[in-house]
Amino acid sequence: MKFIEARKLVHEYIRRDEEGNVESIQTALDQVDLEIEEGEFVAVLGHNGSGKSTFAKHLNVLLSPTEGSLWVDGKDVNDADKLWEIRKTAGMVFQNPDNQIVASVVEEDVGFGPENIGVPTREIWERVDQSLRDVGMTEYRSHSPNKLSGGQKQRVAIAGVMAMEPRCIILDEPTAMLDPHGRREVLEAARRLNQEKGVTLIWITHYMEEVVHADRVYVMDSGSVVLKGTPREIFSQVDTLKKYRLDVPQMTLLAHELRQAGVGIPAGILTRQELVEALCRSGLEERGGGGYAGVGRE
Amino acid sequence: MLREITLGQYYPSDSVIHRLDPRVKLFGTLLYVISLFTFRNVVGFAIATVFLAAMIAISRVPFGFMVKGLRMIVIVLLITALFNLFLTPGKLVVEFWIFHITEEGIASAVKMAVRLIYLILGTSLMTLTTTPNQLTDGMEKALGFLRFLKVPVHEIAMMMSIALRFIPILVEETDKIMKAQIARGADFETGNIFKKAKAMVPLLVPLFISAFRRANDLALAMEARCYHGGEGRTKMKPLRYQKRDAAAYGVVIVYFALLIVVRIWL
Repeated sequence: MKFIEARKLVHEYIRRDEEGNVESIQTALDQVDLEIEEGEFVAVLGHNGSGKSTFAKHLNVLLSPTEGSLWVDGKDVNDADKLWEIRKTAGMVFQNPDNQIVASVVEEDVGFGPENIGVPTREIWERVDQSLRDVGMTEYRSHSPNKLSGGQKQRVAIAGVMAMEPRCIILDEPTAMLDPHGRREVLEAARRLNQEKGVTLIWITHYMEEVVHADRVYVMDSGSVVLKGTPREIFSQVDTLKKYRLDVPQMTLLAHELRQAGVGIPAGILTRQELVEALCRSGLEERGGGGYAGVGRE
Repeated sequence: MLREITLGQYYPSDSVIHRLDPRVKLFGTLLYVISLFTFRNVVGFAIATVFLAAMIAISRVPFGFMVKGLRMIVIVLLITALFNLFLTPGKLVVEFWIFHITEEGIASAVKMAVRLIYLILGTSLMTLTTTPNQLTDGMEKALGFLRFLKVPVHEIAMMMSIALRFIPILVEETDKIMKAQIARGADFETGNIFKKAKAMVPLLVPLFISAFRRANDLALAMEARCYHGGEGRTKMKPLRYQKRDAAAYGVVIVYFALLIVVRIWL
């Protein structure tokens, strides 16, 4: 069995009127099949209302499936006895940085999770020190969270989850309320944890730029997984992505349009570096190295 | 306008009183408040004065800072003093029109005023030297025995500390909503008190909605981090008594005993 495995997962939001009769049923997840290996960096993409947040909340048992099954680290989310174990295994970071910080001092907030699961005092301090170091927030440990920037608050939130020593972190649109600088800051902190500590990352977002470095990408639309593959495979299908109302990274889009205009470069270009190299190569082929001028500058 | 609200008027410093366990300070303040109502004569009054002055000196909180707290109770002070002055029956001193000032009246007015002033000074000494978080921690631990009476002590303390964390956020939000509405022509400044109160309604509705949304988000985030009440919970910063706390208990109890003795024999 895979680290995380979803089989025909269905979730319906049922609205009832005052007498308890069903008013409307909205299917947020529709027969989702999905597998995630331990240690992977997986991105889940989708525009608003695609069901990606609903899926994320299942991984932490904040929501339970209407039908189908989901296993996290071999534990069935339908099993009520495993609830706290699953939440310990899979930590979650939310969108709004203000609404997930509990304490008025950074280090106390990081200690909140370990306190809840009954870690002895001395070990709480060790874990808090370590987690703050991991996200690079040690110098702010005795500050009030209110004085931090959005990116810093999200890093504190990540540290708070890390202090519970989870094997997997689910980040539910962690950058949606941040500026570009904060977005980069949070993404880098999370990737470092993935690479250095081997923590599985499940990164839920609608910013395409952020998934470039993911190992695998799932694209969701109206409750189902519609595309899956490596970022390169996904981004080579520019027209399909547009159909699902997703914006392709600028470089990929530029490369796509150049390709359509007849420039000889491969599909699925992700970064500026790659585009520069591809253009140089195609320039070399065409004109013997004349095509380099002006490319590679912002 | 809203920025001026300061909460939990903590005065940061590194005195012995600041470092005391919050439970000692809570207990000490309680005994001190009771003690203020025990003495009837000058000796008791002198002991209380010495005790209070010593505590203020040790705390290194500037006296001017402490007196600020008194400004808010000036009116209460005047009313109680006047009532005591004019309405206490006894030996007449001055009489004019319908007012009678008696010897007992003067005495009890002075006593009452002194007691109220000492009460405010003493309690604000506690809030000035203890951070709101320490205070909640102290209360949770000190009132822990109430758990057996099914009082949700831990939950109440958690609510208090979350409220403290969200006050600045909500203040900022109120400011934002106010500015947004002023930009669209709302008027919070002119008119009488009723008009002003009415102008606040469109401010409160969005504020409440946002507060509920935040509460919902926070509850989810807390649950995601395995919060399930006080049961089986450990503490990152547990309260542990030090030697100085024992000494402080001693000082407070000696002070209280002294006043009781004075009350009985003098």
